[in-house]
Amino acid sequence: MNLEELQQIAASVHADNEQFDFEVNVCQGTGCLSQHSDQIMAQLIKVVAEKGAKVHVRKTGCMGLCAAGPLVLVEPENQLLQHVGVQHAESVITHLGKEPEKELQCNLREHFDQQVHVVLENSGRIDPERIDEYIARDGYEGLVKALTEMRPVDVVQQITESGLRGRGGGGYPTGLKWGMVAKAVSETKYVICNGDEGDPGAFMDRSVLESDPQRVIEGMAIAAYAVGASKGYVYVRAEYPLAVSRLTASLREARRRGFLGNNICGTPFNFDIEIRLGAGAFVCGEETALIASIEGQRGTPRVRPPYPAASGLWGKPTLINNVETFANVPPILRKGGAWFAAIGKGKSKGTKVFALTGKIKNTGLVEVPMGMKLRDIVEGIGGGVPDGRTFKAVQTGGPSGGCIPAELLDIEVSYESLVQAGSMMGSGGMIVMDDTSCMVNVAKFFMEFCMTESCGKCIPCRAGTVQMHELLSKICEGRASMDDLDLLIDLCGTVKEASLCGLGQTAPNPVLSTLRYFKQEYMDHIQNKRCSAGVCTMTHEGVTA
Amino acid sequence: MPPITPPALPSDDKRWKIVSGTMRRHGFARSALIETLHTVQSSFGYLDKNAIQFVARSLHVPLSQAYGVATFYHHFSLVQPGKHTITVCTGTACYIKGTEKLLGELEQKLHIKQGETTPDGNVSLMTARCVGACGRAPVTLADGELFGQVTSEQLQSELERWAIQ
Repeated sequence: MNLEELQQIAASVHADNEQFDFEVNVCQGTGCLSQHSDQIMAQLIKVVAEKGAKVHVRKTGCMGLCAAGPLVLVEPENQLLQHVGVQHAESVITHLGKEPEKELQCNLREHFDQQVHVVLENSGRIDPERIDEYIARDGYEGLVKALTEMRPVDVVQQITESGLRGRGGGGYPTGLKWGMVAKAVSETKYVICNGDEGDPGAFMDRSVLESDPQRVIEGMAIAAYAVGASKGYVYVRAEYPLAVSRLTASLREARRRGFLGNNICGTPFNFDIEIRLGAGAFVCGEETALIASIEGQRGTPRVRPPYPAASGLWGKPTLINNVETFANVPPILRKGGAWFAAIGKGKSKGTKVFALTGKIKNTGLVEVPMGMKLRDIVEGIGGGVPDGRTFKAVQTGGPSGGCIPAELLDIEVSYESLVQAGSMMGSGGMIVMDDTSCMVNVAKFFMEFCMTESCGKCIPCRAGTVQMHELLSKICEGRASMDDLDLLIDLCGTVKEASLCGLGQTAPNPVLSTLRYFKQEYMDHIQNKRCSAGVCTMTHEGVTA
Repeated sequence: MPPITPPALPSDDKRWKIVSGTMRRHGFARSALIETLHTVQSSFGYLDKNAIQFVARSLHVPLSQAYGVATFYHHFSLVQPGKHTITVCTGTACYIKGTEKLLGELEQKLHIKQGETTPDGNVSLMTARCVGACGRAPVTLADGELFGQVTSEQLQSELERWAIQ
């Protein structure tokens, strides 16, 4: 395979598409599928066949705006149709080229116009299980370019230049990590893709794997070439059956086209990928725990150093990156590191995909350039809080992150500014809360999560989270005193400082950030036995708001 | 390397051949433990003592380790699930949209706690840590089928349908 052959494949796909007057893309992501978009697609195909229309009905991945699903995208008009039902199939086809029915039109300019799609550039536009459609949108150009025109060190150089940082939440410079693994001396090295998206409220990785799996495979292959690995693993949650099946099919396709296997693109480079299923343990998102899990053991983390870059899977140097990080790699190789570095702001380059959920109008997946104001995401793209309620806080970073209050909505979204605000980037969950949410209860919710997900290896996390959860329960039930609050704050410090891995070290964050911005609510619960949001039921005195 | 002669299958149930196939595909490597347990769970619905013993012996993994892994991961169940399973997502987005109330109602209706099965073995009530369909919260899975923006009435009708079957 060389660039010319790639162009031939692309040309034949384009020629196929030319035969059709219209392309009708039907979202078959988990969100829309749960509203039977597969039946809608079948009906559309039936109508097209009956009418003998020159229309290509295509199964695609997520189009982002889950709130308006099931979604259908009509090309070349680029007209998005919302809440499409089986009964609308006839109307959709007859209105092609004309203005669609009013109720189906989805014209949320403010939602789409501010987004910049790099990772999601193909989502909702290609059939995820057809590799040729990926190639037709410049897929595998990056890999072929890397293998035929660049040395591994040049690839690392491009990634370093791009300023790409880990999208799993930590924000470690990707180029630096690749460089370390590349320099490690070993016959065998591994590349692992972390798709254990355990952070509740986040579904970016699921969506990328469902909508554009080839992009992740290409990113991994480029990484393997850069660091000198010949074996890769994708660790995916078992809770994502659709992502697993699409990825399995895509691996097969990639092998068929010669992008995986031996002597890829006629070079001495060999690489293949296996899937490993997660089994429902949040802690396995931590890299050393994930490695233990691939080795077939309990997913407990170990002390670092040595970092996986020096000693990872089976003691060999291992590169481990998140799904979204790998998904950013192909366009960087294609367009150059400088192109990527031009997007974003300060030390946070490129774009970030967020899963915008909770009490917000336009729930779904959004991709924005780093440095965008939080307000523009929540109020602009997200459309604000529905039902006339008022915005209270936005939670980022999952159980490791924190809640950002209304007065800080004007901060820019970057790794540094979110940490400064007491939260973190995390993997990209963004959950909006209105005045019906009790912040103490939210803190308790996350603490309960950390308590059950603690692997039990180190005592500060194992015992500390239990005690903190108990204290938070006491506060929520109106049984707590001010001494309990002091003890809670004290414990937060201990667990943060003394825990072994990220799970424990960040478990106090939701408590600390809500205490920082919503201390009055804690006081209300303790002193007045009152929950102003009306969420907590007070056992003491029996008073609720 | 341990010898690649697996112990005899526990019974002539065809499902054991599928389990054995997974182990063979991984060359009976110890690292295949989790993958194999996944196969057992998807074939039998849960991991019983017999199955864990068989897998441990076949892969030359100490029984304690196999049991440790089986109990560590939430995905694995050591008890037989009911005929039908209703899984309530308790992820953050679903929590914000009131999933706790739904769960409470289900517990009341079925007279069981989460993680339990009704005494007649008809319905299991489970929770999941986010199924990734947060855009449609609150979410529940009824026998694997995803229901978004679910209401208690919807769940009620699903339960009634199951009660008749």
